[in-house]
Amino acid sequence: MFPRISRLGARLLREPRAETRAGNLLNSGGILYQGHVNRHSTPVVTPTVLSLRNVLLSTATSGDQDESSQAKDKISVTFVNKDGSEKTISVPIGMSMLEAAHENDIELEGACEGSLACSTCHVIVMDVNYYNKLEDPADEENDMLDLAFGLTETSRLGCQVIAKPELDGMRLALPVATRNFAVDGYVPKPH
Amino acid sequence: MARGLWFLSRAVGRLRPLLVQGPTRGFSASAPEQLHVCVVGSGPAGFYTADRMLKGHEGAQVDIIDRLPTPFGLVRSGVAPDHPETKIVVNQFSRVAANGRCSFFGNVTLGRDISLSELHKTYHAVVLAYGAESDRSLGIPGEDLRGIHSAREFVWWYNGHPDMCDLCPDLKNTESAVVLGQGNVALDVARILLRCKAELATTDITDYALDALRGSTIRKVYLVGRRGPVQAACTAKELREILGLKNVRICIKESDLLTTPADEEEMRNSRIQRRVYELLSKAASAHGGNNYNDQKELHFLFFRRPTRFIPAENGSTIGAVQLEKTVLKGDEVTGKQVAVGTGEFEDLKCGLVLKSIGYKSLPVQGLPFDKNRGVVPNLRGRVLNSESETATVERGLYVVGWLKRGPTGIVATNLHCAEETVASILEDDKKGVLRPPSDSKKHGRTGLLEILEQKNVRFVPFSGWEKIDSMEKMAGQLRNKPREKITTWDGLQKAANE
Repeated sequence: MFPRISRLGARLLREPRAETRAGNLLNSGGILYQGHVNRHSTPVVTPTVLSLRNVLLSTATSGDQDESSQAKDKISVTFVNKDGSEKTISVPIGMSMLEAAHENDIELEGACEGSLACSTCHVIVMDVNYYNKLEDPADEENDMLDLAFGLTETSRLGCQVIAKPELDGMRLALPVATRNFAVDGYVPKPH
Repeated sequence: MARGLWFLSRAVGRLRPLLVQGPTRGFSASAPEQLHVCVVGSGPAGFYTADRMLKGHEGAQVDIIDRLPTPFGLVRSGVAPDHPETKIVVNQFSRVAANGRCSFFGNVTLGRDISLSELHKTYHAVVLAYGAESDRSLGIPGEDLRGIHSAREFVWWYNGHPDMCDLCPDLKNTESAVVLGQGNVALDVARILLRCKAELATTDITDYALDALRGSTIRKVYLVGRRGPVQAACTAKELREILGLKNVRICIKESDLLTTPADEEEMRNSRIQRRVYELLSKAASAHGGNNYNDQKELHFLFFRRPTRFIPAENGSTIGAVQLEKTVLKGDEVTGKQVAVGTGEFEDLKCGLVLKSIGYKSLPVQGLPFDKNRGVVPNLRGRVLNSESETATVERGLYVVGWLKRGPTGIVATNLHCAEETVASILEDDKKGVLRPPSDSKKHGRTGLLEILEQKNVRFVPFSGWEKIDSMEKMAGQLRNKPREKITTWDGLQKAANE
């Protein structure tokens, strides 16, 4: 309940700015899909700002998927863990990705429990077409994304991504920290 | 509601494996797979370390000691009272503490009640997570005048840290306060000084601080930074919040907002700097022609560095801060833009100064310490015996959090920091470094309890904190606050032993 309220509140405060879409979010360091680009055989976006902008423009009207999944009350979402393993779960419409991850024992932190006060539920939308189906992040979400580890152009907070029919089939990667925090042989155990 | 249930079900889900495994573990107290770990400090770095340790090693027994009777470190005594959402993380930490393989020992001070070498002898791995409990100093004349405090002292005071509940800052003799620094802590203290008291009254701010702030005569707060708006060290969330305070007029000199090519380059490279700058420039232009009677003022003073504190007429309290104007120059070594004095000075009258120029860690006996950087020399969390290139690793000794990387970052920064340190511990354990076959003398918790009993140290277990917690919450309910903190050592110990 709370995540949705905060989301609504955040939306009210939002500035009418179009440039918050992918493309302007990237700092020029160019970190994009770190560690994910080569590891998975998923739709991969060429990691340059220019090509990503082209994709954004060319896919704005695609709606095939929407029709086929509209009747469902659950959608399928795949999480790609830090170690590269994948888990596909079904998420009820209206539920946040943070809640869904926790209900399915996926190692996504949620320090502030969805109140937009931390960046620990940072996820990377692995297909820009899905990213574009999400509403623009509110200023408050962007404030937190500023501080997220391994920020990419399609980064979002899991607590602000709410399941809706168009998102059926979405893939979300848990960011691998930009610095060498992960060490060979260290596999965090599930709960 | 649904959310509450969700987290309850999570907590229960996490307990399940324990219930199954608990009894078998109990009988195998001397089983070789046990790894005894002691974490010193129960702030975010300490608790995230405990969490990752428990998840990463099935035989890990983690004891967390803290010098305070209360856990959670800066989440309790640092995070501002009007940021309750940032404190939600204690729910997660409490679940860690509830793990059968984790224990909390409050009221136990490293270096006084127990020495580092005693811990070292008792545990396979000791992780130092005790943070930064002192302050950097400016080293300029007049720093000892009355009315000059570190921001840390002021923050501890309004947050009810038992070491600072008697600070009694004088908020009644002046209408101007100067905050030196423009990071998030600086913004926190400025916001607490300026925020409307009715809003503060419903937070967990201590009652004495609320009383003092109600009687405060401070109308103007100056936030002073050596560099410009592009280099301001705060984050967008905190800045957005203070710029939106009710009845506070924001004053920013338009001329300070002019950017150089070097500034532009910095902003291209840093999303956060760009967004902070945008907020400041928007605020500068938004607060123009309105009528601001009886309003408070928040002044952002850029390109100024403090050079001297000038006493008031009585000679003993602060009367003004002498500031030198600065310009930015590219540092030849680092390439970063640094502030350089211009030789042009001005005095800023004030009756209160809060120095928010950085926290500083303190060493303990037997611990290698880099005095210049104020951190423990380490390699991915493994303590090194010196900061030289030929340094060697201190077996079984680790560091995490501010003591490891310096006093910066947010709560979540400690998550990644802890993961790195825990990865080092697990790697060392795999190599057999921590539990050599010849060494069977490390008794972990049993050993700690023996030492504490010998020394007659009355520690506060997590159940003691839970008593404090429920008393505080009950007292808070009467005043329509989330909690009314107990702020004295005596009071805390009494509450824990109820």
